[in-house]
Amino acid sequence: MIEIENLRKSYAGLPVVDIPALTMPQGGVTAIIGPNGAGKSTLLSLIGRLETPGGGGVFLDGENVRSFRSTDLAKRLAMLKQDNSLTARLTVADLVAFGRFPHCNGRPTDRDRAKVSEALELVRMTELKDRFLDELSGGQRQRAFIAMVLAQDTEYALFDEPLNSLDISHAVAVMRLLHSVARTMGKTIVVVLHDLNFVARYADHVIAMKAGRVVETAPASHAIREDLLKQLYDTDVAVSTRDGRTFVDVYG
Amino acid sequence: MRLRAHIPMTNGAQSDLRHLRNALICGFVLAVLSVASLLVGATGIGLVSLMSDPNAWDILLISRVPRTAALIIAGTSSAIMGAIVQRLVSNRFVEPSTMGTIDCASFGLLLGLLFAPNAAPMGRMLIAAAGAWIGTAFFMILLRTVPLKSPLMPPLLGIAFGGVIGAMTSFIAYRFDLMQSLSAWSTADFSVVLKERYELLYIAAAVTGLGWLLADRFTLAGLGDNVARGLGLNPLAVLAIGITIVAGVSGAIVVTVGFIPFLGLVVPNLIARWRGDNLRRSLPLVAWLGAALTLLCDIFGRLVFHPYDLPIGVTMGVLGAVIFLGMILRKFGR
Ligand SMILES: Nc1ncnc2c1ncn2[C@@H]1O[C@H](COP(=O)(O)OP(=O)(O)OP(=O)(O)O)[C@@H](O)[C@H]1O
Ligand SMILES: [Mg+2]
Repeated sequence: MIEIENLRKSYAGLPVVDIPALTMPQGGVTAIIGPNGAGKSTLLSLIGRLETPGGGGVFLDGENVRSFRSTDLAKRLAMLKQDNSLTARLTVADLVAFGRFPHCNGRPTDRDRAKVSEALELVRMTELKDRFLDELSGGQRQRAFIAMVLAQDTEYALFDEPLNSLDISHAVAVMRLLHSVARTMGKTIVVVLHDLNFVARYADHVIAMKAGRVVETAPASHAIREDLLKQLYDTDVAVSTRDGRTFVDVYG
Repeated sequence: MRLRAHIPMTNGAQSDLRHLRNALICGFVLAVLSVASLLVGATGIGLVSLMSDPNAWDILLISRVPRTAALIIAGTSSAIMGAIVQRLVSNRFVEPSTMGTIDCASFGLLLGLLFAPNAAPMGRMLIAAAGAWIGTAFFMILLRTVPLKSPLMPPLLGIAFGGVIGAMTSFIAYRFDLMQSLSAWSTADFSVVLKERYELLYIAAAVTGLGWLLADRFTLAGLGDNVARGLGLNPLAVLAIGITIVAGVSGAIVVTVGFIPFLGLVVPNLIARWRGDNLRRSLPLVAWLGAALTLLCDIFGRLVFHPYDLPIGVTMGVLGAVIFLGMILRKFGR
């Protein structure tokens, strides 16, 4: 369980995250939504211990993430950043294999290798596994990074805008994948998403953020509603239901 | 997770065979170059004299074998150090001689000559390594505090930094009349591999081996601080270990045979083109090409103005500079 207490973070005196208390739903897919600059990425970085909080803390199953040993944390929590650029020339398979690093310390066993090929298969990158990342399209590269996080095979996985530069078919495939991984393996998956239709369709819970604060936490079916979205984005949004499914029309 | 890995057996066996064949070819090339390096030289020992003249064997064993071994160790270590620092800095254009490491090692060497003129070679090496450590750490901190836009900036900054230290070294050496002894150390020259200094190269080899063992960590550190942290690695600790390894090897090489310029720049870049930057995959080839290129330059340097030797620092400097310029023009000349 991820719990947050009095978490604060400011840059140059301006608060960008200020959350008095928040308990992330355990299991399933939790979507974090909110306008640009709301503090979503910063919140993920604080949970993943990539940033130091200005105050308060993040607790993983009751223990402050700051007190974990690095490898222990990496075995339980994985994170995909919003922007992934590499100067190193690595093959897809090598990158994904590094996801096993916390488990095998650079000496992969058969089990590690199996996890790597499974992760490659899940994002449909097996064919491209020997290609260098700098010779791939943006979406293919993004899938390789998603595979790395999947190969890390942690109980908690955080994805910051994983659908960046994916075409609709792969975007749907990735969301289905996260959904089924959460469902079948009991993992807790937290995703920052901007496409509200994906949120409506694939998220179990929603955490809405604005200006560093959590505005609402609710089951997705409850959170995708016009007044909340209008308040979040200051934009007219029409939410409709067709065949029992929720659709968000953002085109005014 | 369900296991779904079905790698066909034949595929694996085939690639094993291919690896074996490549390894054999590489080994063969290195063996030929080593023999050539053993036999070519001013005191011409040919195969014929080896058969007939018992003294020829002594010359071979006492002067030639250590020399060739020194070439291989220095070439391998320099190339591997280049590959490691390129990962640590995430920049293709750095190597120990373009980040101030070598100049600071020489500065340390000079201080050693000044304040501990009777120090044992081991002591000299430690002082040089300490100089290299401080210089490299300073450079790394500089790179981390000042964000640089162009990938050419770090090497330019490093060369400038090294230049300042080098000028200081020359000035002090000049004032204290140590120019001669210093320049005897500073150009890579294998014609005088002295007996008691030569052992230090084994230390360079051992420290390089340590770097090899940590290859995965360096590759991972090269993926950026956030990725490394996310996978449970402390990037600063890896950086500190890397600096220590590079400083130790540079110190040992500077006090024995002199650092071979450009090798650490050219070799990893040539290998990265088709093997990538995963050190675990690229280091065997980096090591091999480092050794092969060093031997080649050495043989060439001894044949071209026969009976005079051209120091390897000069041959490698010219060859390396040309390849390096080619690389830069390919990348930026558009
Ligand atoms: N390193 C930093 N230095 C200064 N300010 C920062 C830094 N990182 C983020 N900020 C600021 O913090 C605020 C929150 O940023 P954050 O990246 O968390 O937003 P976000 O919700 O992820 O937005 P987006 O949807 O655009 O990704 C922004 O106003 C941003 O300008
Ligand atoms: Mg963001």
